[in-house]
Amino acid sequence: MAQFVPHTGPEIEAMLAFVGLSSLDQLFATVPVALRLAGGLDIPAGLSEPDVAVELEALAARNRGGADLICFAGGGAYDHDVPSAVRRVAGRSEFVTAYTPYQPEVAQGVLQALFEYQTMVARLAGLPVANASLYDGATACVEAANLACAATGRATAWVSRGVNPAWRQVLRTFAAGTAHHLVELPLVDGTTAWGAPGGEAPAAVLVQHPNYLGCLEDVAAARRLADEHGAMLVVAFDPVAAGLVVSPGSLGADVVVGEGQPFGTPLSFGGPYLGLLASRAEHVRRLPGRLVGETVDAAGRRAYVTTLRAREQDIRREKASSNICTNQTLIAVCCAVQLAWLGTSGLTELALRCARATRYTREALLAIDGVVALAPAPVIREFAVRTPVPASAVVDRMADEGFLAGIALDDEYGGGLLVSATERRTRAEIDAYAAALAKVVR
Amino acid sequence: MSPAAGGRADGIPLLGRAEEPTVFELSSPGRRAWSFRGSGLPEWTVDELVPAEHRRAEPVPLAEVSERDLVAHFTRLSHRQYSVDLGAYPLGSCTMKYNPKLCDDAAALPGLTACHPATPAALAQGWLALLEDLGRRLCAISGMDAITLQPPAGAAGELTGLLLMRAWHAGQGRPRRTVIIPDSAHGTNPASVTLGGYQTVTVPSDRRGCVDVAALKDRLDDDVAGIMLTNPNTLGLFEEEIAEIAAAVHGVGGLLYYDGANLNAILGVTRPGDMGFDIVHMNLHKTFAVPHGGGGPGAGPVAVSARLAPYLPGPLPVAGPDGAYHWWMPERSIGRAHGWHGNALALARAYSYILANGGDGLRHVAEVAVLNANWLRHRLRGTYDIPYDRPCMHELVVSASSLKRQLGLRALDVGKRLLEEGFHAPTVYFPLIVDEALMIEPTETESPQTLAALADALERIASSPEGAADAPRTTPVGRVDEARAARRLIPTFDARPESGQARGAGR
Repeated sequence: MAQFVPHTGPEIEAMLAFVGLSSLDQLFATVPVALRLAGGLDIPAGLSEPDVAVELEALAARNRGGADLICFAGGGAYDHDVPSAVRRVAGRSEFVTAYTPYQPEVAQGVLQALFEYQTMVARLAGLPVANASLYDGATACVEAANLACAATGRATAWVSRGVNPAWRQVLRTFAAGTAHHLVELPLVDGTTAWGAPGGEAPAAVLVQHPNYLGCLEDVAAARRLADEHGAMLVVAFDPVAAGLVVSPGSLGADVVVGEGQPFGTPLSFGGPYLGLLASRAEHVRRLPGRLVGETVDAAGRRAYVTTLRAREQDIRREKASSNICTNQTLIAVCCAVQLAWLGTSGLTELALRCARATRYTREALLAIDGVVALAPAPVIREFAVRTPVPASAVVDRMADEGFLAGIALDDEYGGGLLVSATERRTRAEIDAYAAALAKVVR
Repeated sequence: MSPAAGGRADGIPLLGRAEEPTVFELSSPGRRAWSFRGSGLPEWTVDELVPAEHRRAEPVPLAEVSERDLVAHFTRLSHRQYSVDLGAYPLGSCTMKYNPKLCDDAAALPGLTACHPATPAALAQGWLALLEDLGRRLCAISGMDAITLQPPAGAAGELTGLLLMRAWHAGQGRPRRTVIIPDSAHGTNPASVTLGGYQTVTVPSDRRGCVDVAALKDRLDDDVAGIMLTNPNTLGLFEEEIAEIAAAVHGVGGLLYYDGANLNAILGVTRPGDMGFDIVHMNLHKTFAVPHGGGGPGAGPVAVSARLAPYLPGPLPVAGPDGAYHWWMPERSIGRAHGWHGNALALARAYSYILANGGDGLRHVAEVAVLNANWLRHRLRGTYDIPYDRPCMHELVVSASSLKRQLGLRALDVGKRLLEEGFHAPTVYFPLIVDEALMIEPTETESPQTLAALADALERIASSPEGAADAPRTTPVGRVDEARAARRLIPTFDARPESGQARGAGR
């Protein structure tokens, strides 16, 4: 078996003697005998390093994806390239094996990377401040709703059905504890119908833009609705589409959340991903999680440190508005490196290439007999169609053709297939995909 | 010092001392690193693709750097960062053990990383098998019956566990209002209790550093939903009266929640399920060697006893009669706790760690973790106050109280001096019930020689306190002005006074 404990037998004996014991078992004298595990753990003996590799490779080989399924699925997880420079640099063990930067004098690397990350996320969102990461897009929505409820003293959020359904499920899960009420706003023709649903005044109006179906929303209308009811506007944005579309901050969002996976993180079966959160300056003392700030050291040199710590759980304890401690720092570092690699021109170029691939794919599918658009609204990087056979059957059959065709939509959308094409998709792949889809829906 | 003290970073040209400009200051207009696939697609323009009312007027301003400059920048930043791979990290409660490299490679297999989370179960059998098997092994380790792997961190596990507690009581038709936590608890515990919709009731520790069982019994009534405990507790002491505590809490219809932050101490020795716990979260980034990433990602699976299994968040991976895996939503599930399936790659790392260690290896992990902590306790006795000087588990809490009184040396200063000595500092000022606390968790992966070097350093610091208030002096930056950071908040590059007109907030 692999060996990660350095101690030799004689070293263990010498240490035991030093503490006045004669066996390792005696170390556990304070564990009542009745509670001790007899017979050891029901777990097989340890494996050598190469044998572990064989086991994991065998499991990995039982997944289809990557090399053998060309990906047209999105829905909050996108098949973007991760450049070598990002993998290599963010994979440096100084970043990978550090703890939360509690000792800033020896954590300037992580702290400065997070400071740069916060700057980039704030610029993407069009807001002045961003935190140092949350778990994922779904939990970022939860934190934003909690922030809005704390800021307004209200307990209701109006949530568009254009918000990712899994994220809404997560919102509901955690609303059971906070006793927040979630009222859903329906979609009409793929975009949110911005009418007041009645009931208690809302703390927040929550819209995803572009929404789960890929459609661009009327964020200005959401802002007006929020204003009419004294509510905050929370926008779940797509940070790639942000390369082309007006930033949510300049459309009046108070808080912007999003899923940061597209920047530097592979699909990874859904995690670890990255929760983005930015806000207006007035909410900085309500931000969940870590926030890095610039300061100076004793000699007046520029330095970074986690700041406004009095917001956090280890200080405020039961009065804290968030319990987050460990977050997704390494994924935030990946995001920062990727955004630096893209740069000003590269982000625009990435978004443009996604938009071109999406339009080309959409037109190719709509040319197929019986395939129709689910919604007429304009899209950027993702769209939904109805197919003559159920979408789940399309996905199954398309796998035999070598494609992950998309995501079969839930009944709340009346079914349909959600399709995304990133910058990785070529004309040849899309042509083959459309041809295969034409075949399986026939 | 022995050359075998591999966990000491002193003498290594550790950390870059030159200030590193931000990537924005390295920017030069027009420079770029990016390259994309040749797609052969029509080159539609932005105007053709984005309706005018949605179109950005200007690109998002980011850095403009070459790949070479980018790599140099982040590499230089990495030289200003301490890490486990560089040296020992005796940060109490954080279990900063060495992260085996085989786990990195396991989690980097393309068959795992390139799999979209919405891939139908039939096409992702390897992932479902891995998750299901990991879940079974974590149940075996914790002595529980069922598990969700969705929570992405320990605090997320806590909140998920409390919502399970809430749903279970509601299912019994008896909603309750309070959760008891000890005064030595991690800050996440009371924060999670509030978010779970409960009020925190604090129970004091007794003179031995454990839960005051009489005081606990005073607080028990039929409004108590449960108790959250870490065992061993944050003083590194085993709660010897846990069976009596469990009986008392169960006696009023409450549930026991196990905070798995300190699970490393008891692997293969005893199990939360055997102690009477109903809900357990495990920090895979502590006990199971998932690297901490500078503050995540971690993973905080939650395991439960059979009676709570119907409430677990889902979907869960389960094997059908034909051996094929599928997703299944428990009938009374509290819902989803994560947008997808949790921090899957972190779960794969932990799985490979468990495979490599096996049952016996995991027990040896606990044995040596506890041995290392007790060796340090004996060695530091006489130099530092040890408020609860009795056999500890995986960590020990010492106090600089006497040193502060006699020499003006505070726990904070000891930590900063230790940075100069080539070690990471212990956790300071926690648990809150110990004055000038230094919480030291050596973990099992530091050798006896490294421990001796650490003890030598701690003794040197105590015997020569001069200048400690100015420490550290050999690190990339000196003592950081935290008060100024909060007073003059600069949370982004654009907020620097030197940056002038904030950029980036425009369209």
